[in-house]
Amino acid sequence: MTNMERHNYDVLIIGAGGAGLRAAVEAREAGLRVAIICKSLFGKAHTVMAEGGAAASMANVNDKDSWMVHFRDTMRGGKFLNHYRMAELHAKESPDRIWELETWGALFDRTKEGKISQRNFGGHEYPRLAHVGDRTGLELIRTMQQRIVALQQKDGRETGDMESHIKVFAELTITDILKENGKVSGAYGYWRESGTEVLFEAPAVVIATGGVGKTFKITSNSWEGTGDGHALALKAGANLVDMEFLQFHPTGMVWPPSVRGILVTESVRGEGGVLTNNIGERFMFKYIPDVFKDKYADNEAEADRWYLDQDNNRRPPELLPRDEVARAINSEVKAGRGTEHGGVFLDVSKRIPADVIKKRLPSMWHQFYELAGVDITKEAMEVGPTCHYVMGGVEVEPDNAAAVGVPGLFAAGEVAGGMHGSNRLGGNSLSDLLVFGRRAGMGAVEYVKNNGANPVSDASIKAATARIEAPFSREGGENSYSLHAELQEVTHNLVGIIRTGKEVEEAIEKIADIRKRSANVSVAGGRKFNPGFHLAFDLDNMLLVAESTAKSALRREESRGGHTRDDFPGMDSKWRQVNHIASFDGKQVNVKAQPLPPMPKELFELFDIHELEKYMTPEEIAKGGSN
Amino acid sequence: MSGVFSPGRAKIKERTLRTDKWWIEPAITFGVLFSFIIYATFRAFEGANYYKDHLISPFYSPCLSQACVPEATIFGFTPVSAEIFNFALSPALIILIFPLGFRMTCYYYRKAYYRSFWLSPPACAVAEPHTKYTGETRAPLILQNAHRWFFYAGLVFNVFLTYDAIISLKNVEGQWGHLSVGSLVLILSSTLLWFYSLSCHTCRHTIGGRLKNFSKHPLRYKLWTRVSILNHYHQQFAWYSLGAVAFADIYVRQVATGAWTNFYFF
Amino acid sequence: MTRKLNLRIWRGDSTDGGLQDVVVEANEGEVVLDVIHRVQATQMGDLAVRWNCKAGKCGSCSMEINGKPRLACMTQVASYSEDETITVTPLRAFPVIKDLVTDVSFNYRKAMEIPAYEHPKELAPGEARMEQVDVERSQEFRKCIECFLCQDTCHVIRDHEENKKSFAGPRFFIRIAELDMHPLDMLKNRKRTAQEEHGLGMCNITKCCTEVCPEHIKITDNAIIPMKERVVDIKYDPARMFAGLLKREKRN
Repeated sequence: MTNMERHNYDVLIIGAGGAGLRAAVEAREAGLRVAIICKSLFGKAHTVMAEGGAAASMANVNDKDSWMVHFRDTMRGGKFLNHYRMAELHAKESPDRIWELETWGALFDRTKEGKISQRNFGGHEYPRLAHVGDRTGLELIRTMQQRIVALQQKDGRETGDMESHIKVFAELTITDILKENGKVSGAYGYWRESGTEVLFEAPAVVIATGGVGKTFKITSNSWEGTGDGHALALKAGANLVDMEFLQFHPTGMVWPPSVRGILVTESVRGEGGVLTNNIGERFMFKYIPDVFKDKYADNEAEADRWYLDQDNNRRPPELLPRDEVARAINSEVKAGRGTEHGGVFLDVSKRIPADVIKKRLPSMWHQFYELAGVDITKEAMEVGPTCHYVMGGVEVEPDNAAAVGVPGLFAAGEVAGGMHGSNRLGGNSLSDLLVFGRRAGMGAVEYVKNNGANPVSDASIKAATARIEAPFSREGGENSYSLHAELQEVTHNLVGIIRTGKEVEEAIEKIADIRKRSANVSVAGGRKFNPGFHLAFDLDNMLLVAESTAKSALRREESRGGHTRDDFPGMDSKWRQVNHIASFDGKQVNVKAQPLPPMPKELFELFDIHELEKYMTPEEIAKGGSN
Repeated sequence: MSGVFSPGRAKIKERTLRTDKWWIEPAITFGVLFSFIIYATFRAFEGANYYKDHLISPFYSPCLSQACVPEATIFGFTPVSAEIFNFALSPALIILIFPLGFRMTCYYYRKAYYRSFWLSPPACAVAEPHTKYTGETRAPLILQNAHRWFFYAGLVFNVFLTYDAIISLKNVEGQWGHLSVGSLVLILSSTLLWFYSLSCHTCRHTIGGRLKNFSKHPLRYKLWTRVSILNHYHQQFAWYSLGAVAFADIYVRQVATGAWTNFYFF
Repeated sequence: MTRKLNLRIWRGDSTDGGLQDVVVEANEGEVVLDVIHRVQATQMGDLAVRWNCKAGKCGSCSMEINGKPRLACMTQVASYSEDETITVTPLRAFPVIKDLVTDVSFNYRKAMEIPAYEHPKELAPGEARMEQVDVERSQEFRKCIECFLCQDTCHVIRDHEENKKSFAGPRFFIRIAELDMHPLDMLKNRKRTAQEEHGLGMCNITKCCTEVCPEHIKITDNAIIPMKERVVDIKYDPARMFAGLLKREKRN
């Protein structure tokens, strides 16, 4: 415990992406002292990668839009596995969250009347995504970052110290969430720069650590997406819900190899991009599932007309929800109709003039031009599925984002589960961050006011220290880089986009084996900014995530959203009634089924009964929602 | 030890690790600007060979001194005495400050000479030799802020030089409607000067850049977008116009000394 | 196609260090960050390098490659000739922490010194109306990914450590310009403080910031020079000086 730093705050926020920063703003505005932890530099969080926009039914472009329509779209996209209350709160509150950003200095693209412009996106019935070109995530993170600075400046004027109430701890990794008497008491970690250990005492901890993409081989996620929050929550006694659902974004770059997986925003399709295979066929028309037949055009002529007249035409099938498009691309490639590098073609150059492409999709143009040497105003892009988002996550109470089972722990953003059901709609992530980031902040404030401090015991500190020291005290163990590569290979091949029971079982065994070996990982070099050392901890987290995913995937014997079983290709209403809950007993992850909360009558009645029949059992329909 | 050798920074003994030929650009800039300065100084003091048959050198226009050749003046308007403190003043010296000042304070030329003459810095990520640096915060460099004054003066000069170009459309006998090589040279140099002035950053600012809301001033916004396009080529206009003015002066001088004959097309 | 690449990497910390030669495999289409990662995974497990998105969107992997400030994820190995040794060093304007990682906290301190956006009090959320033409200038500056390459290359601080206290740097001049051009921002003294507190006058517009910007933001032409002109408006403008005899500029 030499040189351990000690800090004391009311609320500790782990993760400085959109959700974490929004929670921080909320907690500070309620008068609390807040620490924000980021694993990388402030403002680099994965939120910057979001391109398309933030979905909110402001009805600026089409006045038929409303929260009810947004709610319906979200439930439909998630194949009715979403927690209805989260989807409801999200649909109702996202317009306010977007408008609020504007009062903090955000500059969204405008409509002719000077309102915030909104664009079309897969699964959204009306143009709904507030955006800034194709760098909306950057706008969101920067606005929030600058809002934090604004609050710090205000504190500076009032207390003489800008960091008196909000302090950002950049490049710090949290290794444990600490509990005393069954309640959260703080967290333990180390500075990445120096390796110095840090203790945070705080009665409330908000986890906002984002996703798990780095568990997989081909991913759009950065190195930070290692499922830290998922693992921290599991180890602290919380549950993970529906971890079998991972979104493979249909369009990642496939060439050159070094950029494999990097995202090609869905706006490319929203703006008129067309998917074709190597024989020039616009194949998506073949893959419209029955549940979407009445919403999507079945011929090119109608699909093309939709861009000009959205009221009288059905939308092009390129804009189907992401899971459908990803599976379609996967099937085309498997059938031998893929491109040279194992993708399909995505083309905007034939439909949109070059200058319009550069204006509407500036960073896409830039990305392809600089990284792949492809000018998207002249040629087609090569794209294929990439692991993008995890729908599963910490089981929370919808209204205050409190983690079920752990008093004082909150979770928001990608790390929280339930909101998106089995599949997330594009654009719903950024608004999710804002809506539930704020609610997690509110939840933490209320909790702190009712509970007060919960000091950390020496025994907890000792245990946490021992864990950090372990990899240095071992010798001759395996290298964390190669174990990580091995894990990615297993998840990619055996629990990837298409799964079978047998393969998943094999994966579970292999993951357990890697976990055993990872207990022996040793680290070369010292503590100072040592990536090998950092990866040793990340690896531990990814293994827990992979185990949760594989075990949940094995149980769900159907295909739905971000979970496709080759041995159970259909969707089964029986399985819609359960969530999978993963918990950790200190040795392994256990998964059990838990009934989904039934939708109340007023929400149930927002849907057309014939649509519900596609998802629900006759008994559920007969009940007509709960009261 | 300061700069890139300051304590705490990565210990690297090279002033730069650039492997490209970064010194070529400042070297060329230095060569061209230095030659121009030498020539312009010589010409400014020469006080002769600036007028011949309705052709006037841009270095000597407007000719405001009593020392001016009468034909070179604007309707004989010569408010400045030929001598100051018994020192014979070339007519060029009286006015030189304006075009010189405009170019000295120009945002493009500042970059060019700070890099090539003052090596501050000689090229990007190449350590500069100076131990202290205060930028344009104090005298004399704070005077760079006078760029706008020179911009206004430059516009007036452009009017005079355009007038000179029009006058040159006379033949030796003073009849209108003729065109010579000399007229073309003066037309080219005055036109490029207009482009240089209009593409200037100060012009871009005053025409519309200073507005907070473009939408409330549609005409100025339109002009601003046009000037912004020109502004993108300001560096090119700076060099082309400099070359054209120098050549116009050389041409007039050669004609005036009789070395060249001004050819008339008609 | 795989080839051998000669890489020279600076390794060390704030007390000492130097360039080390390594030979590493490079595949077709790879960027410098890829080969650095390969070195890290196979030869130097503790080689420190910052990175996040690997797509030129987050601005983490800033370093100097053959002496030029660049993002390692956006620098193609193929842009160097086959026999060329590629030299990578940490940013040279900031203190080094370890290997390719520098302490960029200077930039975060400066960020805290720039007064925040001030929204009109009478405008409730959702009521703001702004024309696209009015937001476009500021939107250009909001493209900034905070890679701090402009700060690194700027000789005002790169070559003069002592100027760091009085100079905000190009990144924050575009922030000031963004706010001054924001159609709704209410704070009035941005021009004066830009000159008097944030060191705008220190800039001698040698344009290196624009040259290195990976987002191709025209930092000098669209932000710094317009801000210098706006300062001239309130401090040195001839027309206003005469008018100033009657009415003094109080605002701005």
